[in-house]
Amino acid sequence: MIEIKNLTKDFGTLRAVDGITFSVRRGEVLGFLGPNGAGKSTTMKMLTGFLAPTSGTASIAGHDIENQPMAAKKKLGYLPEGAPAYSDMTPAGFLDFVARIRGLSGDAKRARIAEVVRLVHLETVLHQSIDTLSKGYKRRVGLAQAILHDPEVLVLDEPTDGLDPNQKHEVRALIRAMAPNKAIVLSTHILEEVEAVCTRAIIIARGKLLFDGTPQELLSRGPLDEVFRKITTQATAAAS
Amino acid sequence: MKNVWTLATRELSGYFSTPVAYVFLFFYLVFMGVLPFALAGFYEREQADLVPFFQLHPWLYLFLIPAVSMRLWAEERKSGTIELLMTLPVTMGQMVVGKFLAAWLFTGIALVLTFPMYWTVNWLGKPDNGVILASYIGSFLLAGGYLAVGSLFSAMTKNQVIAFVLTFVAGLGLVFAGHPLVLDWITTRFPVAITDAVRSFSFLTQMNTISGGVIDVRALTYFGSLIVACLIGSGIVLDMKKAT
Repeated sequence: MIEIKNLTKDFGTLRAVDGITFSVRRGEVLGFLGPNGAGKSTTMKMLTGFLAPTSGTASIAGHDIENQPMAAKKKLGYLPEGAPAYSDMTPAGFLDFVARIRGLSGDAKRARIAEVVRLVHLETVLHQSIDTLSKGYKRRVGLAQAILHDPEVLVLDEPTDGLDPNQKHEVRALIRAMAPNKAIVLSTHILEEVEAVCTRAIIIARGKLLFDGTPQELLSRGPLDEVFRKITTQATAAAS
Repeated sequence: MKNVWTLATRELSGYFSTPVAYVFLFFYLVFMGVLPFALAGFYEREQADLVPFFQLHPWLYLFLIPAVSMRLWAEERKSGTIELLMTLPVTMGQMVVGKFLAAWLFTGIALVLTFPMYWTVNWLGKPDNGVILASYIGSFLLAGGYLAVGSLFSAMTKNQVIAFVLTFVAGLGLVFAGHPLVLDWITTRFPVAITDAVRSFSFLTQMNTISGGVIDVRALTYFGSLIVACLIGSGIVLDMKKAT
């Protein structure tokens, strides 16, 4: 469902993403790990068509994001970094706008918005303007927007950032429940999250892909945080 | 087309869900209602027309239009919602046109709310309402042209104040290009052809033509091409700068 080949992005002389290749099949939940500034968000921005890659290709459900952006974007749900949303709108108004852009209307639109609101628990803040919401609620509005059209491909940039432990648990359960019918990529700083929801993990640092395997393989090498540190600092040491 | 409308209505409802719309409309109507009497001698002329009213429009738009256009893209880029918008299944063209139309409709609403001027002059005398209608259309076109310029400058920066100032300066240039002060200076130094070219680029010239009661092809072409050029420019600038 997701195919990324030799994806590279340069910002001036800085190579933010360096020849990354991977693919995600339906039913997989791919955890995207890496230190800050490793190129996780940049990779996601290229995959979702916000940034044009310097070289390489990315495709969603068979549609190249550069050559067939509209077809690809229709199959895609995306939660950008920081979960941006129009702060002067209410979640109800915002979700209605996204639903209309996604081609939903009438009863189908109302039913789908109600379902998503229930899934991410937005009922109590539905008519409150978004800039008055807590970080956790804002994140859930962003998540609601991403899954509104039940996309085949879901790209989530730090979906549980800013949530309390209970909310994290709920969002992870939601992701697991959606997983069988979708290809999901999520980035995270939380190593346990990989264990909890992901079927595969990728580690990148300095724009390079350093590990691609199951969480179990990662765990078999020792405690997660030590393995993570070992993999990412080796790359840094080698590069400098 | 449906996407354009969805984008435009979202943008327009954004104006009215914040104080922006009400503050703007209040000052717009105060200026439009008071200045023709206070500055332009609407009564003293003892003529049943709205010439003093419409002559003020290019000058009032100078600071009212940038106040509307400054947030179009600058806010979108600052808050990061541009990333959300550009990963939805909408094209760059739909986004640029949708947002522009929202701003233009908004100034249209403001313009329609000046109808008491029309009542007043019809109550005081027998004006040529054809001329007044033409002037309203001219003022609306002028607002559209200037908003498109504002959209371009708003796309260039994340900072709304910078967008305001750049649009204001550009507007100043476009209005003053038709002012006698500038034209006299050019006439004494350059061939007539250049003076004519500069004059034809001015908001004042185009506005004066229309408020004579004639909406001629040249004015329509001028505002039409200004809008199209600036919107295409906005799209190009956004594509280049969206991620920075």
